Amino acid sequence: MSTTLQTRPAPSAPTPARAVEKIVDCDIHPLPRSPTDIRKYLPERWRSHFDTYGNSFRQPFVGADLWPKPAPYISRRDAYPPGGGPPGSDLAFMREQHLDPFNVEYGVLQVLAPTGSNQRNAEYGAALCSAINDWQLAEWTGLEPRLRGSLVVTQESPDAAVKEIRRHGRNRQFAQVSVAQRTLEPLGRKRYWPIFAEAAAHDLPIGIHTGGFNGHAAVPGGGWCSYYAESHHLIALGMQALLTSMVMEGVFEEFPTLKVVLIEGGLSWIPSLRWRLDGLWQRLGREVPHVKRPPSDYIREHFFFSTQPVDDIEKPEQQRQLFEWIGWEQLLFSSDYPHWDYDDSRYAFKFTMSKEEKRKLSYDNAMAVFRFDRS
Amino acid sequence: MTTTSPNTIAMMSAGSVDCDVHIGVPDNAALLPYLEPYWREQVTSRGIEALDLATYPPKNPLSCRQDWKSGKGKPGTDLGVLQRNVLDDRGVALAICHAVYGGQVVLNADLGAAICKAVNRWVREEWLDKEKRLRSSIVVPMQEPALAVAEIEHCAADSRFVQVLLLASGDMPLGKKYYWPIYEAAVRYNMPVGIHPGHAGRFAPTYVGWPSSHLEDYAAQSQSLQGQLLSLLYEGVFSQFPTLKVVLMESGVSWLPGFCWRADNTWRAMRHEVPWLDRSPSETLHEHLRLTTQPFDVPDDPATLDALLQQFPAEDMLLYASDFPHFHFEGGKVLPCGISHELATRIAVRNPVETYPRLSEASA
Repeated sequence: MSTTLQTRPAPSAPTPARAVEKIVDCDIHPLPRSPTDIRKYLPERWRSHFDTYGNSFRQPFVGADLWPKPAPYISRRDAYPPGGGPPGSDLAFMREQHLDPFNVEYGVLQVLAPTGSNQRNAEYGAALCSAINDWQLAEWTGLEPRLRGSLVVTQESPDAAVKEIRRHGRNRQFAQVSVAQRTLEPLGRKRYWPIFAEAAAHDLPIGIHTGGFNGHAAVPGGGWCSYYAESHHLIALGMQALLTSMVMEGVFEEFPTLKVVLIEGGLSWIPSLRWRLDGLWQRLGREVPHVKRPPSDYIREHFFFSTQPVDDIEKPEQQRQLFEWIGWEQLLFSSDYPHWDYDDSRYAFKFTMSKEEKRKLSYDNAMAVFRFDRS
Repeated sequence: MTTTSPNTIAMMSAGSVDCDVHIGVPDNAALLPYLEPYWREQVTSRGIEALDLATYPPKNPLSCRQDWKSGKGKPGTDLGVLQRNVLDDRGVALAICHAVYGGQVVLNADLGAAICKAVNRWVREEWLDKEKRLRSSIVVPMQEPALAVAEIEHCAADSRFVQVLLLASGDMPLGKKYYWPIYEAAVRYNMPVGIHPGHAGRFAPTYVGWPSSHLEDYAAQSQSLQGQLLSLLYEGVFSQFPTLKVVLMESGVSWLPGFCWRADNTWRAMRHEVPWLDRSPSETLHEHLRLTTQPFDVPDDPATLDALLQQFPAEDMLLYASDFPHFHFEGGKVLPCGISHELATRIAVRNPVETYPRLSEASA
């Protein structure tokens, strides 16, 4: 299959007279130029481990993905920096291709690789998280005030996670505490609560980007699917189980100020799950007496959903209906730059939003959730 | 448009078919007369009392509506209660029942086959022979497709068996070629394949592990069924078996439009990975997929229901079901509030007859 690469129109080209309205992009993926860039942020003890053994995940391959990705670095083909390195590894080019033309006032970095959150060697995982956090400060947020980091932690070692949150929690260059989507146990379980307590104490939301490795089958209860196409949709089913667990374990009764941002988990399942959980709570509520209110109440108050990938719905009014069912206060624009299924803020939404709706989705909601300063 | 009210829906249109009715296997002792001597001995001497699935703990409020209980028995074990609440009170002409039981998932496939075989014979003699309005699914040992096919071939001679029943969780995703002989046999005998919640325990019930509560387990069943549907789509089951119909039972309904939006988008981007899937998921599912209507997972609000029904071809894809004796609704609100009489008739009469060709054979 041969592909002809077409030049993407520059954002300002179609309407040169009008400035692009400022946005907050809550999903931008940075990569180290070379994996060894992270090495220098590790303490001596773990440098040789990094060199000799490296990652250990609950999956079969060294360096390869369980399902081959649709594109190298799962990235847009036009996102390779002219000066070399993989997409997302060059700050100057990120400014030029994304931050400047789309008028990104703030962008939240979601670090997918390298990752410490799902390492089987828990101590190495914790060291790697610390290194990744220091790398974000030194090479991204410290150089570009529009970018804000994710305070990545090892959710399976809550003690280490709490320590790491205490190390950086007051630094406003971090927008959120980030844990993996694919946890060993559903995220609402009490073993993870110390992380929520510490995040809440620092008034930081918990950000959960899809992905990770936990050894659990991708088809819920059903086993391992064959194709990337399936895996890409199963992510959204995983978000449903994660949200259900946090609500049904009573996390938000214990931490009434905690906010949770689900990133790249899809949108179109949200209304149906809310209806299902409300119905189940009415009939089985006595099993979970610590859940005091209908599940939809907690979902509306505590969860925020990033928009990309926005499902392209044939009838625009049905996309509007979906957004209205979810609620305008809970939607956060995200581009997923520089990944292959990136959403362009100009074209991702098929229906016409009111000025107020658009502002909530692309700016106000994120400014409030992440406590960003207004310029 | 005339819409149903909670009180008037109780009586269905003439010729209605209830497509999801549960009958409970009381225990293995009830199956002894239908087991072969070796297995009778195994079950008795080893004290294998019952193989109830943890998906439906007998005393869980969801497993049986309070007013559908029958004395001391397990849910769904009393023919009289079923006749009264599913058939007589609603004027339902036929009901398709299934005995969801552990034979389909027990690790020893030969034991599984023996139990499934006994259950099908027990269903025939204790239920179908006693109530002319009942039809049944064939429970099959999914662990070993060759044994499953043999069981389908045996039961198919009786036209009151109208569907092959699989559970939403087994040894691997249901689209895998391992299972294709089952689909081939179902097509050969003009039966849809019904997929029902039921956790085999091989894998965690969710993408993120084992939850704490029954409530979460039950919520996750809908995710299992959606995951299995993706597997059937992407592995090419519907391309290989162009006449196959799949019925998702008790899976919830309101997730379907959102599922199709996402699936269509993913397919557009990734169809080069699965070139045999040559039509969009929504188009494929419109032709091949049917869903039973309880639970519907929609609020008690006609406007919301109406908006949802605009989002997918409900008039073709839904099948009326009470999910007796499971507890999803109070009183007579067996269909969601606000559904039109016209739609109710389609999903209760026309769609079941079209989905289950053997219903017409049996009544002929």
